[in-house]
Amino acid sequence: MTDLSRRKMILTGLAATAGVSGLGVAARLAEKYGLVPPDHGGIYGPGETLTYAAQRLLTRHSLAREFSPSQISKRPFANEISPLSDDFKRLQAGRFADWQLSVDGMVERPASFSLAQLKSYPSRSHITELACEEGWSYIAEWTGVPLSHVLNLVGIRPQARYVAYFSIDPDWWDSMDMADALHPQTFLAYGMNGEDLAVGNGGPLRMRLPRQLGYKNVKFITRLTVTDNLRGFGKGLGSAAPEAGYAWYAGI
Amino acid sequence: MGSAQAPIGACVPSSASAVPATVPSRHSVFVRVTHWITTLCFFVLLVTGIEILVSHPRFYWGETGNVLTTPLFQLPIPSSRALVPTGYGYVLPDQNGWSRALHFQVAWLAVLTGLVYGICGLFTGHFWKNLLPSKADLSWRELLNTLASHLRFERPTGAEAMSYNLLQRLAYLFVIFVLFPLIIWTGLAMSPAFVSAVPASVILLGGRQSARTIHFFASLALVLFLLVHVAMVLLAGFGSRTGAMITGRMGTHKERT
Repeated sequence: MTDLSRRKMILTGLAATAGVSGLGVAARLAEKYGLVPPDHGGIYGPGETLTYAAQRLLTRHSLAREFSPSQISKRPFANEISPLSDDFKRLQAGRFADWQLSVDGMVERPASFSLAQLKSYPSRSHITELACEEGWSYIAEWTGVPLSHVLNLVGIRPQARYVAYFSIDPDWWDSMDMADALHPQTFLAYGMNGEDLAVGNGGPLRMRLPRQLGYKNVKFITRLTVTDNLRGFGKGLGSAAPEAGYAWYAGI
Repeated sequence: MGSAQAPIGACVPSSASAVPATVPSRHSVFVRVTHWITTLCFFVLLVTGIEILVSHPRFYWGETGNVLTTPLFQLPIPSSRALVPTGYGYVLPDQNGWSRALHFQVAWLAVLTGLVYGICGLFTGHFWKNLLPSKADLSWRELLNTLASHLRFERPTGAEAMSYNLLQRLAYLFVIFVLFPLIIWTGLAMSPAFVSAVPASVILLGGRQSARTIHFFASLALVLFLLVHVAMVLLAGFGSRTGAMITGRMGTHKERT
């Protein structure tokens, strides 16, 4: 009996050691291959990390479902927005002619783009679903310039890992990894269903990533920052969403 | 993954190890461990699921649906979002942040537990021995007999108490091989990233909103199962049955009559 329990103890010890060192190796590999989200700390960190890692292994290059024109929602629902600031109203009064998108951070040529400039680049459209974390959704045709086009214009440095994006609303910012930033369906969207993007839907310029939930699709974009880590942004969790309790990665 | 030894060892029915031959084993170690982890997961998923649901207690069929479209049905409860027309004059506090994080984290634990259970079940023959009804038992007559004895509230005795009857086997098989896979599938079909890699997962269900609605009904079915399951355990003897699911043995103490 004592022999048996000693052997059991040794085996358990070996298994535990192997398990812990296995986890250590897994953590290092995950870090190396960019499978750890910026909000990996805290009690929900394991779940967030498992989800993000699994999705990055499964969906790095996959395309969001696209729909036929007949499937476009007749009544798309624009979620409520915070009261518009005076700055926004001034730009709106000028029909957004002075709207600027600045791009800085780890880029070769920091630049600022007007809406007219963005619209002069080759435009792309896709008919995709926008799904809110609450459960509702709608399908619309989104038109814009692929984010990758703008990133190519400014020249991202090789060490870049994330693109942080900021709304004119100072409380609203987010970020995405390069897999999403360079994804062909990720747009700086300025049009919806054949018209200029309405203010309620995020006009004049909205980040549109159809492979993530609605709240990642930040409205009223004025600034992009390319970076290799997100610790210096807000509370270092990657976006305003985790600071309010929501996941940074919203592809689920 | 360095501890491959442990789960396989844990799969061996406890009758093969230290349990004295005089006290027959009722449930093997892996059944007991995965049963209670699943129980815990289920309660957490249920509570957080309700919290998430409260932010939009309307259900739709097909691809899309929102407050501007006609719902398939709407639950008569208040919402945690002011923009949902509920008929109530107040809005519940928003609990979606932590509820979603916990829901998905525990979903991982539940799925991994299910994986261990499935592998152990195949490895030990648990499915064939304990869950799949024998050909002889699988008849309308046997089904009616079992049903009749259930309706007379007869307690299983002797050998009958040591295995699952036909109704139990069918109910457990349905939960394990229909409801659990369905609720995982419909959950994944709501993930915009997952469906980008596996579009068929949502197309086969008829769309994202259909997936959400089926997810809701599958969880209702699981709650119904839980209620019947617990009622049956109470009728059969709560102490000995729950004890058996904890220790593996039926116990020698007399049940109350």
